[in-house]
Amino acid sequence: MEKSIKKYFPIFVLPTLIAFIIGFVVPFIYGIFLSFCKFTTVTDWKWIGFENYTKIFYVQGVLDTTFLHSLWYTALFTVVSVVITNLVSFIIAMLLTKGIRGTNIFRTVFFLPNLIGGIVLSYIWLMIFNSILARYSQTIVTTQWHAFWGMIAVTCWQQIGYMMIIYVAGIQNVPGDLIEAAMIDGAGFWQRLKNVILPMLMPTITICTFLTLSNGFKMFDQNLALTGGAPGKSSQLLALNIYDTMYGTTGWQGVGQAKAVIFFILVAAISLIQNRLTTSREVEQ
Amino acid sequence: MAKNQKKDAVSAVRAAKHGWIYTLCFTIVSLVWIAPIFVVLLNSFKRKAYIFKAPFSISTKSLSDGWDAFMAGANKMMCGFLNYSNAIKKTDFFRVFGYSLFITVASVLVIILCTSMCAWYITRVRSKFSKGMYMACLFSMIVPFQMVMFTLSKFANMLHLSNPVGIVVVYLGFGAGLAVFLFTGFVKSISLEIEEAAMIDGCTPLQTFFRVVFPILKPTAITVAILQAMWIWNDFLLPSLVLNINKYKTLPIAIQYLKQSHGQVPWGDMMAVLILAIIPIVIFYLICQKYIIEGVLAGAVKG
Repeated sequence: MEKSIKKYFPIFVLPTLIAFIIGFVVPFIYGIFLSFCKFTTVTDWKWIGFENYTKIFYVQGVLDTTFLHSLWYTALFTVVSVVITNLVSFIIAMLLTKGIRGTNIFRTVFFLPNLIGGIVLSYIWLMIFNSILARYSQTIVTTQWHAFWGMIAVTCWQQIGYMMIIYVAGIQNVPGDLIEAAMIDGAGFWQRLKNVILPMLMPTITICTFLTLSNGFKMFDQNLALTGGAPGKSSQLLALNIYDTMYGTTGWQGVGQAKAVIFFILVAAISLIQNRLTTSREVEQ
Repeated sequence: MAKNQKKDAVSAVRAAKHGWIYTLCFTIVSLVWIAPIFVVLLNSFKRKAYIFKAPFSISTKSLSDGWDAFMAGANKMMCGFLNYSNAIKKTDFFRVFGYSLFITVASVLVIILCTSMCAWYITRVRSKFSKGMYMACLFSMIVPFQMVMFTLSKFANMLHLSNPVGIVVVYLGFGAGLAVFLFTGFVKSISLEIEEAAMIDGCTPLQTFFRVVFPILKPTAITVAILQAMWIWNDFLLPSLVLNINKYKTLPIAIQYLKQSHGQVPWGDMMAVLILAIIPIVIFYLICQKYIIEGVLAGAVKG
């Protein structure tokens, strides 16, 4: 059977393979190569070694903190959004698995923002934020912290419904007799939560945490539409900072590409840690 | 047994007793949850000057000034469908919507067809190539778009892919990772015997795939379709870099480009176009709700 399938290689695999090479393999490898070059398009490159990487932090001998600022701003943004999203969606999921009348409708409503794209969502909230802040003669980009909490609100609004769905499925998978046994043994609500439900939910919690973590790190659309990085560049998350370096300043494409490589390493590290955690759990079970 | 039944009955009574409080609370919370969309809807019928002055009201006068004054104030503030007609003209809405729809539907169909075939091949044919392809697909899932955006958009331009048909190839390439991964996971669970039987009965691999394997893959195909459609429909950065923006815009690009170069946003038009962009999503969601939620769930747990 294997042999006869093998003859059909051009039909079965070639279309995907060619698109994959055009859309991923070549751009990826060439992207790493270009991060060591000075260039304005893909053909006029000149090898300069690690200069792009040092230019991220030092420009003509002077320390440039833009990228570092954006790095810790992103880290803080990610941590806060992970905590709020997971906490709120878990609470909603707990309540929605109690068999309340109308559960399905509530679930539908909470999930809705997730289907609306980042750009549309951001303009909805930009209008609301700015019309409220206008009463205090402020806007969302008055300070970087206005921008910060604005982006947090939009991100959480978008993601809570999604995570709630995953938590609901997880909670429904906790065996009922386990909870019943705990009840018969006299465990109160908090004890049941801490000793039965949460341990059983660990795989779900891992999935949700890492999904929100990598979404937070990769946030771009909301950042662009809501604040555009203003005031100054102080509300730029990493993805927007890279975009801005690459397309906003001529001659800096190489530095942008070098930042992208660092960004890739960070995101890949998060994914690999997640992979390690989930597979080791699967073995335990 | 009897004890259990009694306990169930007791908790059912308890739930019924307090149930309506929860229902009431959740009704309020869910109304607040989607209130932003209704605020936008309200403001989409309002004259631009009043959107930021009075975002939550429908008239310049309050009801206590009497009904006639209130209605006159409402007339002053509201402008009917004026914002809509302006926004449709300014963004060339129906054309842009058409491009978005075409790119999403075409890409999703191509992705499902090509990657399911590829996934079946690399699971059934055990070779170094198959293993390498699978690993490459896994790897591509952890690479953020920023890493390839510059080179990808330049190559796409060089290969003349900067149009709604060409971008399908780009989406197939960049979306292949997740799709191949999901399909391979499912193909592995299908027993070989059915396929072998079909082959012995004289089916070619193509017939075997389309008559036997693909129907079994349908649930995964729906998952893949939902995940990719959500991504492609809402995607902003990839099409804005790959497409020839002067000629072709997708919906997110058109919305972002409503913002003028000096940062001013024409809020009246913006409100209208936001509503126009949300309506199709809501309709689609209400029709395919079951599949969307199941698809999202399957994608999250496996991805």
